[in-house]
Amino acid sequence: MYKILKKEVLSNVVKLMDIDAPHVARKAKAGQFVIVRIDEFGERIPLTIADYDREKGTITIIFQELGKSTMHLGMLNPGDSLASFAGPLGHPTEIENFGTVICMGGGVGIAPIYPITRALKEAGNKVISIIGARTKDLIFWEDRMRAVSDELIVCTDDGSRGRKALVTEPLKEILGDNDRKIARVWAIGPAIMMKFVTLATKPFNVPTIVSLNTIMIDGTGMCGGCRVLLEDGAQFVCVDGPEFDGHKVDWDSLLSRLSYYREEERKAVEHWEHKCRLDGTLVKGRE
Amino acid sequence: MAELKPADRMKIKRHEMPNQDQVIRRGNFEEVALGYAAETARTEAERCLQCKDPKCVQGCPVGVLIPQFIKALREGDMVKAVEWMKVKNNLPAICGRVCPQEVQCEGSCILGKKGEPVAIGRLERYVGDFELSQRTCPLVKALKTGKKIAVVGSGPAGITCAVDLGREGHDVTIFESLHGPGGVLIYGIPEFRLPKGVVHGEISYAADCLGIDIKTDHVIGRSFTLDELLEDFDAVFLGTGAGLPSFMRIPGINLNGVMSANEFLTRVNLMKAYQFPDYDTPVKLGRKVAVVGAGNVAMDSVRCSARLQSLQAKQTGEVPGEAHIVYRRSKDEVPARQEEVHHAAEEGVIFNFLTNPIEILGDEKGNVRALRCVRMELGEPDASGRRKPVEIKGSEFDMEMDTVIMALGTNPNPIVFVDAAGLERTKYGTAVADNDTGRTKKKRVWAGGDVVTGAATVISAMGAGKRAAADIGKFLKGECSWD
Repeated sequence: MYKILKKEVLSNVVKLMDIDAPHVARKAKAGQFVIVRIDEFGERIPLTIADYDREKGTITIIFQELGKSTMHLGMLNPGDSLASFAGPLGHPTEIENFGTVICMGGGVGIAPIYPITRALKEAGNKVISIIGARTKDLIFWEDRMRAVSDELIVCTDDGSRGRKALVTEPLKEILGDNDRKIARVWAIGPAIMMKFVTLATKPFNVPTIVSLNTIMIDGTGMCGGCRVLLEDGAQFVCVDGPEFDGHKVDWDSLLSRLSYYREEERKAVEHWEHKCRLDGTLVKGRE
Repeated sequence: MAELKPADRMKIKRHEMPNQDQVIRRGNFEEVALGYAAETARTEAERCLQCKDPKCVQGCPVGVLIPQFIKALREGDMVKAVEWMKVKNNLPAICGRVCPQEVQCEGSCILGKKGEPVAIGRLERYVGDFELSQRTCPLVKALKTGKKIAVVGSGPAGITCAVDLGREGHDVTIFESLHGPGGVLIYGIPEFRLPKGVVHGEISYAADCLGIDIKTDHVIGRSFTLDELLEDFDAVFLGTGAGLPSFMRIPGINLNGVMSANEFLTRVNLMKAYQFPDYDTPVKLGRKVAVVGAGNVAMDSVRCSARLQSLQAKQTGEVPGEAHIVYRRSKDEVPARQEEVHHAAEEGVIFNFLTNPIEILGDEKGNVRALRCVRMELGEPDASGRRKPVEIKGSEFDMEMDTVIMALGTNPNPIVFVDAAGLERTKYGTAVADNDTGRTKKKRVWAGGDVVTGAATVISAMGAGKRAAADIGKFLKGECSWD
């Protein structure tokens, strides 16, 4: 069992937790992920590592409450434990001094882009960061991102914080500026955002790395459920990724695969909410 | 029963295994084979001729002392039967269920020459089940040697190796990447063939008796590398299996509704998707399912499909969907155990022999709608000795399907080879290891089971785990050197 040591509510649907997992923390690097299983009945869900502390033996995860598992996770508190916590999985981000780079985080994707941004900055890159979300409540770690970036641009769809724009707008402006030579772009966020980032960078031929969050079962290369179609054939996100050259990804196939279990996901949430209501009624009844 | 003469023994007919009704069992995941009752087991044991030179023992990959345990069983001394069993086999309740006895012990039984062999597998299961519930003969750990051994993977090879080394007094730690021990026994083989309670029972019993530490959620190659393990342990055994699924290189493989047998079986067995939404992991299965392949994994997949379809039908009130096997060779070349094929047929599985998929067709949403196949005919024998299937020109046809499960074999997972300099691999990705000792090309590292052979059987992995344990024991005692 892996204890939850700390919990922070970053917005009403985005939460942060520090988990006691020395076996993961000792090797964790930016770009890698963990597989989390809440309890005996739980599914195995992949979550990107947002931060780690080797000395304390902890891993920081940040998640948005989207389905049953993340909603359930969000209800747990410090002192509670998780049944499984395996990792670090996948390949770490390739960190070098590339020159000037852009790091983009969309929504909960701000969490995994942070350690990558920090590592790139530490490696000597000039880092321009662009973070964005639908609305200001979904933006978090702005201060942390600012501390590891030479320049930070914040966007929201509704203009409630920073620029009223999609993250691809400032991206296109920077790429179009002939005075700035961008060596590489990293983008992490919803699949649709990553798709449009790669479409934006393609005409400029700027290598663009994306981190894919596909459906996984075991997360260790066994099931192939996470396979993604690239220009040169299918690969497994869990063992070959999670980062890929975004220009090679078949986004339509990826988006279609991501939606294949939507009906079951909805059913799981309904079942969970029903159970919570029953439990709530029981608790009230006892009081 | 009074002492019988051999002629009397030979008159006793082999006892059938009582099975769950074939119609009822299609709608549940409970065990199909119900096990012998005490009296049946004892009478079946009376059939054994107690050969002076028992062929059955030679036919067993781990050399179980078969005549001895059967004799004790028929004399009514179950404790003694368990003792004889555990001399060579620490996991009898598992082996009794999943070994292909017809080509091993029973295949060698002298009675089989003229009639039917002694039902050794069923008797083994009987003894194993007795012991799981009674725990009469705990495994005893020899005096502590102070040597530390890491076993990577807790499937049949790893568990067997760990238990043998634990009995010798070594300090054994098992590293398992999934959340529970058992490897293919829990993620691959379905509940109705091998109940998970039996697997957990056998493993926890042995681990408790011998003080074996099982570390789950530990992915070797990531959390710790092999080289790191070698710093802390005197020896390392790799029993990481062959978990990486192969997909056919045909168009449409990435459509929604195409999965590897591993994904399907992992969802169903390990994650208990048949109990969704009480368990969180779902599995989406259409009304027309094609399982490509005809090995044991294909049979497990198609029989799970038939059950899920039957459960779905109960909810919707419709008739159950169709579960198909699609296989490019003929019935005679089927690699699965005959018993599995027979059970699958009883459960309504449709077999399409001499049929080879060439493309998976999708609809506008990217979901599977059909499997395009060609008819095959058998030509000359190929390298495997089986007659080679040859395409019949112009015989393309489409089978309407909404789920396609690929059961075409698996390869070793490459993660364990990260930071393991000197651990040689073949071009198939398997570890190079000596067949008799399990020694790899890397000092103090042994390997056995599917990671060496590629996908094979549970018992052959157990045999490899056993041989490696024997060699590791000798090496650690200084009875032999590495070179």
